[in-house]
Amino acid sequence: MESILLLAHIEADGRLAKPALEALTTALALGGELTVGLVGAAAQAAADQIAGAGAARTLAVTGDAFAQPRYATDAAAAEALCRAAGATLVLAPSTSRWSRALPGVAYRLGGRVDTHATSLAVQNGAPAVTRWFYRQRMEAVLTRQQRPWVVLLEAGCVPAWSGAAGSATVETIAVEMPQPRTEVTGIQAPKADEQTIRPDAKLLFVAGAGWTKKQGDGKVHGAEAETLILNFLRSAKASLGGSKSLVDLSGEGEAVLQFMTHMNQIGQTGATPRHPKGLSTCCHGEEPHVVGWRFITERRAINLDPNCGWARGKADVLYVADAFEVMREVNRMLG
Amino acid sequence: MSTPFQIVVCGTLVPDPLQTLEPVVGPAGPSLKNEMMLPAILDPWAGHALFEAAHLARKMPGSKVWLVSLGPKAKLQQVMMTVAQKVPFELVALDGPASGFSDSFETAAALAAGIEAIAGLDRSRVLVFGGWESASRGAGSTLQMVGERLGIVEQFQGVDRIAVRDDGSFEILERVEGGKHQVSVCSAPPAVLGWATGNLPEPRNNPQVGMANMRAIMPALQRAKATPVPNTGLSFASVSLPRQQRETRIVKNLPAAEIAREIVAWIGEE
Repeated sequence: MESILLLAHIEADGRLAKPALEALTTALALGGELTVGLVGAAAQAAADQIAGAGAARTLAVTGDAFAQPRYATDAAAAEALCRAAGATLVLAPSTSRWSRALPGVAYRLGGRVDTHATSLAVQNGAPAVTRWFYRQRMEAVLTRQQRPWVVLLEAGCVPAWSGAAGSATVETIAVEMPQPRTEVTGIQAPKADEQTIRPDAKLLFVAGAGWTKKQGDGKVHGAEAETLILNFLRSAKASLGGSKSLVDLSGEGEAVLQFMTHMNQIGQTGATPRHPKGLSTCCHGEEPHVVGWRFITERRAINLDPNCGWARGKADVLYVADAFEVMREVNRMLG
Repeated sequence: MSTPFQIVVCGTLVPDPLQTLEPVVGPAGPSLKNEMMLPAILDPWAGHALFEAAHLARKMPGSKVWLVSLGPKAKLQQVMMTVAQKVPFELVALDGPASGFSDSFETAAALAAGIEAIAGLDRSRVLVFGGWESASRGAGSTLQMVGERLGIVEQFQGVDRIAVRDDGSFEILERVEGGKHQVSVCSAPPAVLGWATGNLPEPRNNPQVGMANMRAIMPALQRAKATPVPNTGLSFASVSLPRQQRETRIVKNLPAAEIAREIVAWIGEE
């Protein structure tokens, strides 16, 4: 039986976010002795939040320096927690913060790391990680002999732990480290009404390059496309994805879909977000694009081409129609 | 004004994304069917890192760019014929696997050794660049371990911009959750930057740059050391393609308003 350390960073409100609670679900399902390691400004509220999970120990590295997501401090904190816990398996959610820091920690500990795990379960008496390779084009199950084994777990693959809060005893772990040379100065975010990437949205709206092509009247309707898409995103509270061809057009400064950036890009060289539903519009393409909605549960598409490789065999429903006309009507009904 | 940087880009080749990929499992572990026959390109994120490195070097006179690449020598040569025409760099070639199934720990060891062997490299001025993930392994863990092996603990991942300031410090934008960027200021090199897409378009081919690069690339390929990545302690229980094929309901000749009504109802379903 493996001993397990669950690493979680504490959010600004003092609590643990959903990805950490999902990782806790996986940790508990493995069945070994569980230690929780917390990193942040202060740990008691977060420790109390998951007190009902039954961890054998709760360790914490706290202080203002550890409130900021930063490699030097996060790696030092995680290393100290791993050494204090002495666990053979170290689990953590695949947040940007842990993804940045934990591979280096695995090296410091003489262990190994696997990232983007969609499952970690005992198979034939040993823990086995399931993850995708070649940008979600093939799935593998792997095991490792080396310990500690650090595994970063993808969000959205298991339910978040939802047990009772309580009162936890927190052991503080001291960390000695040189003064970091990096200072986190802030977060740049789009204005709230321009926010087009919403990881928690129920719907992913995917826009393809067809929005920027000449329409039936022989003209490009870029401005109307922008309005239709933004209005839909606002009223449906959807997240926006874009095909590579459309994102590249925006990056080249063409007067189309100014809100579309490389951060919206999904597919082979973009993101593969997880949402319950996906609606693609004006998208064309085969496997590289289809990869982008590998993790979308229910999929519908609007396209003028009934044989479109993006949709056929990949979507549940394909509406053979003009996306401009349909989205005008959709916005009217939602408006 | 700041002193020049020595920018080492780590990056290798991946199969052209338009190719159909099929895994095969042999005695040495999984690989791709006809892997050596598949057309290859420079990994897209490593490409962004290389172009950003060249852009930064151009802005900071006296800076230099190296590309440290672990891959099969023959395939590296093919890919370099294209990449060499984009921006000036010096190649450090390591003759080994570029497989997505190669372990990032051992890959990092090989890359760090390649960097340490660069003659005359001023480690205090080094910026290690690379893609924040590859399009093959997609681990996002190699660069951090390269940095650790080189003793660099100022590290950034998902980088979209670096802006050097007059005092020699640099501001970095890293992608974080929710389409946002974290802004950090690092006082000085050395540092590790794993690039997302950055903001630069792919440079046009420049035959003069290509010819200048190739003069050094060919000898670098000839010098490439055999660099095995044995995947010690790593076992693959299975590798498979997703078999999911959906029964698509094709809806034709329905008025836009009817389609919209159906979509709105579907969006509202729990």
